[in-house]
Amino acid sequence: MALLEIENLVVEFQTAAGPFRAVNGVSMKVHEREVLAIVGESGSGKSVSMLAAMGLLPWTAKVTADKLTFNGRDLLGMSANERRKIIGKDIAMIFQEPIASLNPCFTVGFQIEEVLRIHMGLDKAGRRKRAIELFEAVGIPDPAERLGHFPHQMSGGQCQRVMIAIAIACNPKLLIADEPTTALDVTIQKQILDLLMKLQAEHKMGLIMITHNMGVVAETADRVVVQYKGRKMEEADVLTLFENPKSNYTRALLAALPDNATGDRLPTISELFVDEGAAQ
Amino acid sequence: MSQAAATSAVSTDPSRRARLAEFWYYFSENRGAVIGLVFFLLLVLLAVFAPWIAPHDPVAQYRDAVLVPPVWQEGGRAGYLLGTDAVGRDMLSRLIYGTRFSLFVGVIVTTLSLVGGIALGVIAGYFRGWVDTVIMRVMDIILAFPSLLLALVLVAVLGPGLVNAMIAIALVFQPHFVRLTRAAVMSEKTRDYVVAAKVAGAGHGRLMFKTILPNCMAPLIVQATLSFSSAILDAAALGFLGMGAQPPTPEWGTMLAEAREFISSHWWVVTLPGIAILITVLAINLMGDGLRDALDPKLKRS
Amino acid sequence: MSVILEARNLVRDYHIPGGLIKKAKTVHALKGVSFSVEQGKTLAIVGESGCGKSTLGRILTLIDPATSGELLIEGKKIDIAKGDMTPEMRRKVQIVFQNPYGSLNPRQKIGDILMEPLVINTDTPADERRDRAMTMLKKVGLTDLHFNRYPHMFSGGQRQRIAIARALMLNPKLLVLDEPVSALDLSVQAQVLNLLADLQDELKLTYVFISHDLSVVRYIADDVMVMYFGEAVEYGSRDEVFADPKHSYTRTLFAATPRADVESIKARLAKKKQAA
Repeated sequence: MALLEIENLVVEFQTAAGPFRAVNGVSMKVHEREVLAIVGESGSGKSVSMLAAMGLLPWTAKVTADKLTFNGRDLLGMSANERRKIIGKDIAMIFQEPIASLNPCFTVGFQIEEVLRIHMGLDKAGRRKRAIELFEAVGIPDPAERLGHFPHQMSGGQCQRVMIAIAIACNPKLLIADEPTTALDVTIQKQILDLLMKLQAEHKMGLIMITHNMGVVAETADRVVVQYKGRKMEEADVLTLFENPKSNYTRALLAALPDNATGDRLPTISELFVDEGAAQ
Repeated sequence: MSQAAATSAVSTDPSRRARLAEFWYYFSENRGAVIGLVFFLLLVLLAVFAPWIAPHDPVAQYRDAVLVPPVWQEGGRAGYLLGTDAVGRDMLSRLIYGTRFSLFVGVIVTTLSLVGGIALGVIAGYFRGWVDTVIMRVMDIILAFPSLLLALVLVAVLGPGLVNAMIAIALVFQPHFVRLTRAAVMSEKTRDYVVAAKVAGAGHGRLMFKTILPNCMAPLIVQATLSFSSAILDAAALGFLGMGAQPPTPEWGTMLAEAREFISSHWWVVTLPGIAILITVLAINLMGDGLRDALDPKLKRS
Repeated sequence: MSVILEARNLVRDYHIPGGLIKKAKTVHALKGVSFSVEQGKTLAIVGESGCGKSTLGRILTLIDPATSGELLIEGKKIDIAKGDMTPEMRRKVQIVFQNPYGSLNPRQKIGDILMEPLVINTDTPADERRDRAMTMLKKVGLTDLHFNRYPHMFSGGQRQRIAIARALMLNPKLLVLDEPVSALDLSVQAQVLNLLADLQDELKLTYVFISHDLSVVRYIADDVMVMYFGEAVEYGSRDEVFADPKHSYTRTLFAATPRADVESIKARLAKKKQAA
């Protein structure tokens, strides 16, 4: 059975210029122990579709779907209270800006123990022990001392490790990583990606990797969903996607990578891909 | 979402008219602001056309009509719509002429403190270092006095009168503008477009006043409207204390002061100037809110 | 080929004054960097955050002075700390910033943004200024319809085109590009890189291209300099550096860059299967 199942998801925002459809009929499935990458450029609705699935969008958004289930339970029909019990425990999320994702007023130790208190109901000593374990698991040196640090005392890479520690604190079944390495340096990105892959294998999690970076996709994903302007252009396993892309958009996207440059000019998306949906 | 907004914005006509229309669109979304604006325009019209609108001379004393109540009350006369005061001057005419003084005070005080505050604030925020320290400590000293008390002292030194009261109030308001401008300049100064202008060869003056300052205007305009109303209030307060406009000038605060002793017996002499002040200040404050919504690009939802 | 830009042992220290508790300290942002760029070539400066590449960019653009060392532009020594900054010198080096949303004055129309360098540095008459701005606008792929619009009406890629146009208004010899495509989408990135290549061919421009993205660098650069904590740890032609990196940091950097080719995916999947 699929862990997360989305069928025909539509997200509309009410704006001054009338309703705007950010996600337009996207379907996907994430299986247990699978790494699914969602690729797209800005405005492709890749983050919005995941936020919609987690019920984290502002009230101006209207979310409809034929099916939106997690572990067989309907997420759309569920009350906000019930959903909160799942999110943060069984589904966890990490974001692009690690430093901004942590509350600057509290120590990282307080923030991770807060999650443990709410979702796991551990006592004080148990929380601290588990927090140290988690920091060790994500490769933070000197975990006992680091618990007392504030976010601004740590580097971006360290903060992202803390975010990951918080995310895996409750042994989630599904981890959604929204551009987890975009704000980080290449060498740090490598470390974080390696860490995520290691944890995913160890904890047997499903992992959704939202990214715009084809390199990150190639290095992590089992299966890939390509989105463009709120629509799904292609879904394939990672090797097929890079070896033999079916959609014109994917082909254009891959051709625009400077790695694949053949001549002295790059082919651009507009030359290779005529947006057949733009006329609607 | 931002993408869609951006594409729709690209298709808009960039002419001045369209920008005005956009301004009005955001301004008119705030209903209170529109009401404020209407009231304010009415006040301006009243002030400009006071000699034609007012039924009587504001300082003419009608000995036969002392303390006549407003027309809808028992004993009211049709000739004096809002009644007369203790020496038989027509309240309505005095209030209409009073608009002139209040708006005059607001305009002059705001302009003075705005211009001075912007100049000092831009210099402090742009150059930093000891210039900044000197300017800001002086401003801190001004802020350390209770504002009305400082204005009173200044008027006492300069001598009572409307012009001196305005100078005093402008000086008291100055630090707020200096602080706001300095903070805005400091945050804008490090932005890339300022560096780009520097690379293009712009000198200090151009960077300060042409590149940076226009981007700091939104909070200043809001502060300016707010101090417009506070200036009217403070001028009225000084007038009430006998340090502002001198009788028989039909200034609202001075009118209140003259009417103090009738507060329990003849309500209209006291209440009506009070209401005039209240409505004016409220209208301007509402308008300031709407201006902020419409002028600050950061608050626009695009 | 003439050398446009030469740096000899550039050093930049930042002095952080001490407070009541903290001691004053000096941060060495640049520790003696030397290189030269020939006309029409592109030097890429690669490094991660905090390596001093942006500090170097600001020194090259004559925004900040170097603490010590020499900077020569077209063989002429220049030291802005001494104040030998003339409009002619100013015109020779221009910069394009990373963030296209912050680098254009939101209160200026595109036309005014483009004409500003001319107003400041030259006494070109108004209608000629206008013509030149229009021409430049078309050169970077926009139309004269865009002349009277404000920056917020443009997408990120379009803004970066405008920033490039502004930098070119004074016909500079050298363009410092500080991560010009890292804030842009892949498709837009390709367009802007193509535009930069076109402009380089047409105007014989010299580029100093600051970036952290090795795949972009490999595509655009002639020479590559890798920086690490204020030092140039590797400097050579692109092919030399990419084929045979000498310094261990360069090798780490290459190893960390994600690969998007079929072979590496196959290798990774095979490894994963083995582990399972």
